[in-house]
Amino acid sequence: MALKIVKGSIDRMFDKNLQDLVRGIRNHKEDEAKYISTCIDEIKQELKQDNIAVKANAVCKLTYLQMLGYDVSWAAFNIVEVMSSSKFTYKRIGYLAASQCFHESTDVIMLTTNQIRKDLSSPNQYDTGVALTGLSCFVTPDLARDLANDIMTLMSHTKPYIRKKAVLIMYKVFLKYPESLRPAFPRLKEKLEDPDPGVQSAAVNVICELARRNPKNYLSLAPLFFKLMTSSTNNWVLIKIIKLVSCFCVVKYLGLLAMSKILKTHPKSVQSHKDLILQCLDDKDESIRLRALDLLYGMVSKKNLMEIVKKLMLHVDKAEGTTYRDELLTKIIDICSQSNYQYITNFEWYISILVELTRLEGTRHGHLIASQMLDVAIRVKAIRIFAVAQMATLLDNAHLLTGNMQRNGICEVLYAAAWICGEFSEHLENPMQTLEAMLRPKVATLPGHIQAVYVQNAAKLFSTVLKSQEGSTEGTAAQETSQLMIDRLPLFVQSANLEVQERASCILQLVKYIQKLQQKEVEVAEEVSALFAGELNPVAPKAQKKVPVPEGLDLDAWINEPPSESESEDEQPKAIFAKEEPKHSRSRHTEVDEKELARRREARKQEQANNPFYIKASPSSQKVYQESPGVEHIPVVQIDLTVPLKVPGLPMSDQYLKLEEERRQKERADKKKKEKKKRKEKRSGRGRRHDSGPESEEDITPAHMVDIVTEEMPEMCLTLNHKVCDIQGNLQDGSQVVVSVIFENKCDSLLKSMEFNVLDSLNSKLQRPEGSGPHDGFTVPFQLPPGVSNEARLVFTVQSIVMPQKMKGTLTFIVKNEDSSIHEKLDFKLHFTCTSYLITTPCYSDAFAKLLESGDLKCSSVRLEEVNMPFHHLLARICFHHHFSVVERIDSCASMYSRSIQGHHVCLLVKTSGQTVSIDAKCDEPTLLGNVLDEIKQTFSQC
Amino acid sequence: MIRAILIFNNHGKPRLSKFYEHYTEDTEQQIIRETFHLVSKRDENVCNFLEGGMLIGGSDYKLIYRHYATLYFVFCVDSSESELGILDLIQVFVETLDKCFENVCELDLIFHVDKVHNILAEMVMGGMVLETNMNEIIMQVDAQNKMEKSEAGIAGAPARAVSAVKNMNLPEMPRNINIGDISIKVPNLPSFK
Repeated sequence: MALKIVKGSIDRMFDKNLQDLVRGIRNHKEDEAKYISTCIDEIKQELKQDNIAVKANAVCKLTYLQMLGYDVSWAAFNIVEVMSSSKFTYKRIGYLAASQCFHESTDVIMLTTNQIRKDLSSPNQYDTGVALTGLSCFVTPDLARDLANDIMTLMSHTKPYIRKKAVLIMYKVFLKYPESLRPAFPRLKEKLEDPDPGVQSAAVNVICELARRNPKNYLSLAPLFFKLMTSSTNNWVLIKIIKLVSCFCVVKYLGLLAMSKILKTHPKSVQSHKDLILQCLDDKDESIRLRALDLLYGMVSKKNLMEIVKKLMLHVDKAEGTTYRDELLTKIIDICSQSNYQYITNFEWYISILVELTRLEGTRHGHLIASQMLDVAIRVKAIRIFAVAQMATLLDNAHLLTGNMQRNGICEVLYAAAWICGEFSEHLENPMQTLEAMLRPKVATLPGHIQAVYVQNAAKLFSTVLKSQEGSTEGTAAQETSQLMIDRLPLFVQSANLEVQERASCILQLVKYIQKLQQKEVEVAEEVSALFAGELNPVAPKAQKKVPVPEGLDLDAWINEPPSESESEDEQPKAIFAKEEPKHSRSRHTEVDEKELARRREARKQEQANNPFYIKASPSSQKVYQESPGVEHIPVVQIDLTVPLKVPGLPMSDQYLKLEEERRQKERADKKKKEKKKRKEKRSGRGRRHDSGPESEEDITPAHMVDIVTEEMPEMCLTLNHKVCDIQGNLQDGSQVVVSVIFENKCDSLLKSMEFNVLDSLNSKLQRPEGSGPHDGFTVPFQLPPGVSNEARLVFTVQSIVMPQKMKGTLTFIVKNEDSSIHEKLDFKLHFTCTSYLITTPCYSDAFAKLLESGDLKCSSVRLEEVNMPFHHLLARICFHHHFSVVERIDSCASMYSRSIQGHHVCLLVKTSGQTVSIDAKCDEPTLLGNVLDEIKQTFSQC
Repeated sequence: MIRAILIFNNHGKPRLSKFYEHYTEDTEQQIIRETFHLVSKRDENVCNFLEGGMLIGGSDYKLIYRHYATLYFVFCVDSSESELGILDLIQVFVETLDKCFENVCELDLIFHVDKVHNILAEMVMGGMVLETNMNEIIMQVDAQNKMEKSEAGIAGAPARAVSAVKNMNLPEMPRNINIGDISIKVPNLPSFK
C-alpha cells in the first residue's frame, strides 16, 4: 500500500504541476495556443486517473487556464470529485476551481449539496471556511434553500472565523432565497454586537447591503448603528455605517440644514452645490424639499437666477398638494424680488414668470403675484409697455382665471392687471378693447375691492380713449365710448359693495356730464385726462415721518369731541377702507371726513405694510428728506434704462432664458474684442496690465434696471464720508487707489458686523483680503457705538484712469439695541473723479515749454462765465481742488501743470478777462483731458 | 459589493481574475482587456477612480485601482462601497501579498496564482469584504498552509524535491519587476522595498 503511494507520487513527479505549466507557456510564446492544447490533452489524461493528487493537480492547472480564457466547464465533474477529497489541500483546489467556473446553470452543482453540507459541519474550521468561501461564489437558489439552516447554525459557531464567514454568506443566501431573511434577521441583528470585531464588521456589511435595497425597513437599527459608530475603531465598519446612515435620508436633511447655516457665512461654498440642491427638490420627503427651497433662496445670482427659477417652475407644474406648490410659488417670488430685484437682469422675463404663475389653480397667493406685478410695473419704467400688454391679455382672458370665483385667490392678479392697464393706459395698443373687457358684466362677480379698481381704472382708460378718439376727427366714436360707459356703469352702481357703488356713481355722473358736453361738440379729452394727470411715485415706508410736523399742530389732540364707540363701529363698517385705493395718496383729495382721521391712520399703517406703493423712497420724498435737518444723505442711484426687447404676444419665460444667454454671449464677445484691442495697445508700448479674468457676476449688465432708491433711515443714521486719500500708480500693475471711508454713527444704537461691499467694475476693483471671492465684502474691523466715528481704508485697483468712475456699493450692518438687533443695508456710491488721479507735480517753465512744443499733446479748451473772484483765488482753487501747480503767472494769465498717476501730462493755460475765464489745455490723453476740464468747470459752477 | 478583482501587468496580461458574478470566459477576457485599456492610458498622477467600462456595469460601477511597479490592481465595485475604503483594501491586499511572499514581485503572482487566490479568499468573500486586518489574514493563511504541509507529509517530500530542482533556475529569471519603488509612493510602508 505504502509502496503504491510512493510509486504514485514518483509518477506524479514527472507530471507537470502549475509552475511547469506557467513556465512552459512562457517558453512557447510563438505557439502558445498549440502548447496549451497539448497541455489540455495531458490534463484530460490526468483527470482519468484514480489518484486524487493527480486529479487535483490537473484541476489546479485548469483553474489557471480558465483565467487565460479557456473554457473548462467540461471538467466540472472532476472538480466536484476534487472538492469531495478528504484532504484539505485538494479540497481547497477543488473549491477554488468551482468558485472560478461554476455558475447557476452548471448542472453538477446539484451533486454538491450533500458534500457542502458535510464540509460545513466538518470539525476542521478550515474545511468549513473553504466550503463557505466557495459557496459564496456559486450559490444557487436550490443550494441556498437547502443549506440556509446549516449556515444559520454556523452564525453561532464557536470560532469567530466561521461566524464571520457565515454571517457574510447569509447576504448571498438572502439574495437567492429571500424567504430565509425573516427567520435569519434576529440572529443577524444579534451579530452586530458580536464580541469579535470581524463578525461585527461582517454583520454591518450585510445589513448595509440589505438597507441599500430598502432603507426604511432598517431605520429601527439606527440607534444600534449610532452606538457602533461611536464605539467602533474599525475604519471599514465606520465607512459602511456612514454609507448606511446616508440611505436613511436623515443625513440629507441634516446636510441641507447645515448648508443653510454655512450659507449665511460662506455663500460661495454652498453655491457650488446648486445642482445637488436642485436634485433635492425631487426628493419624496417634503421636509427635505422645503429645506432645499430655503437654501436656493440664498444661492441665486444674476447668472443662475433664470435657470433656478426655470427648474422651480417645472416643479410647480408637477407639484402635488397645494401647500407645497404655494410654498414653491412664494419662494420663486422671494428669490426674484430679494434685495430690490438685485438678481433680475431681464424684467420681461420676470413679468412672464408672474403671468405663468397666474395659471396655477387654487393658490392662496394671488395677492402676492399681484403686488409683484404692481411693484415691477411702477418701479421699472422700461418694462411698462411690455407689462401693460401682458396685463391687457390677462384682463381679456379674465374668465380663465376666475373659474371658481370666490374661493380662487388668483383673481387677485386682476386687481394688479386692471390697475396697471389703467394707470399706464398710454402704452396700451388697443385701449378700447381693454375698456370693454373691464366693463364686462361678469366683472360684477369679482370681489368688491377688485371691482373698485376696475371701475376707477375704467375711468382712466376712458380718458385715454377719449383723447385718442378726439384727436382723430371721429367725434361720434368718442360719444359712443361715453355711451358704453353710461350703459355699463349702472351695474356697478348697484353693487352691494359701498366702495364700488360710490366710485361707480361718481364716475357715472361725470361721464354723463362729459356726454352732454360732447353733444355740444365741446372738446373734453384734455380736461378729462387732467383728472388723472401726474406720475405716481413709490414712497418709502417711513417717508411720512420725514415730513416735519407744522408748528402748532397737535396730532394727539381731538379735532372734534370723540364719538361714542358704539356709534363709530356701527356707522362705518371697516370694509370700506380696509382695501383703500392707492389713488388717495395722489393730490386728488376726496373729502376726508376729519372725524375719522385717527382711525384711518391706523388702517393706513396696516395697509402700508403690504402696499407696494409704499415700499421705497421716491425722488419727491427726498426733497422732504433733505429739508429735514441733521440728516446726511447718501446719493441716490438713478440708472439709465435700456430699451426693452420687443416681444409680441404672450411670451413664455423660457425664451428669455435663451435670449439672456445670447445676450451674455454677445457681451462676452464684445468684451473679448475690447480685450484684444487693449492687448494691441499693450504691444504698442503702453505697458498697462489688463485683467482678463473670468466673467464675474457684476459684468452681467442688466437689460432693465430697477429704480433703486436708498432706503432711508430716520431713526438710525450712519454717514459715510469718503475721500480718496492716497493714490499710487505705476504703469505695470494698474493703479492702486486708497480710499479712506469715515463711518459715523448718528443713531442711539450700537452698529456692528459692518460689511462693506462694492460691485467691481471691469476697470475698478476692490482689493479684498486674500482667499475671499470677488463678491465677498470687506469686513469693517470695528464696531461703532452711538455717536462715534471711525475710519477704514480700502484699496482699489484701477486699470484706466482716463474716465471718472462711479462704483455702486452696499454697506450691511447690524443695529443692536438692548432688546433687538436688526439687519440693515445702506446703498451708496463711490465717485472717483479724474482729478483724483492727478498728482501735484512741480514743473519748470523751460521743461513746460518743451512739453508744449513736443507736439504729442492734444488740445482742448473750456470757458467759464461769471467767475467773481480774484485771479489768484481762482488759481488757488484749481491748485487745491484739482491738484495743479502754477508754472508761471504773468498778469491775468497763468500756466499750470499736473501729472496723472499713470504719467499723463496735463498742461493748462488760464486767462481771465473780466468775469470770463478761458482755459486752454493740453494733454496726451484727450479723454482724460476732457473729463478733467469738465470737473474744473463743475467746481466753478458750484461757487 | 465588489463585482470583480483583476490583477494584470503593464501589458494587460492577466495575473489574477476573480469575478463575483458569472460571465462566460470570452466576456471575462473582454472585460480584462477593456479594463486594461481604461486604466493603462491614465497618467500616474490622476485619481485612482474611474467609471466602469461598458461590459462591467457601466456608469453604476466604479473601477478603483492602484498601480504598483509592473502590476495594476483593479477592483470593480458598486456604489455601496467607499472609494477610499477600497483603495485601503487594495493596500492591505498588496501588503499581505508582500508578507506572504516575502518581497512580492510579479513572478510570485505568475507562478503561484493559486496562493494569491487563497489569500484573497481570506479578505473578500463572494464580493463582500470579509477581513481588513492584515495580521488576522496572514494568521489564517499561514494556518491553512501549515495544514497543507502536514497533509503532504512524507508522501509530498519527493514532489517537493523535484519541484525544488525544477525551480532552481527561477532566481535567474529577471526579477526586475520587483515592486521596489513602491516605498516612494507609499511612505508609510517601510516593509515594502
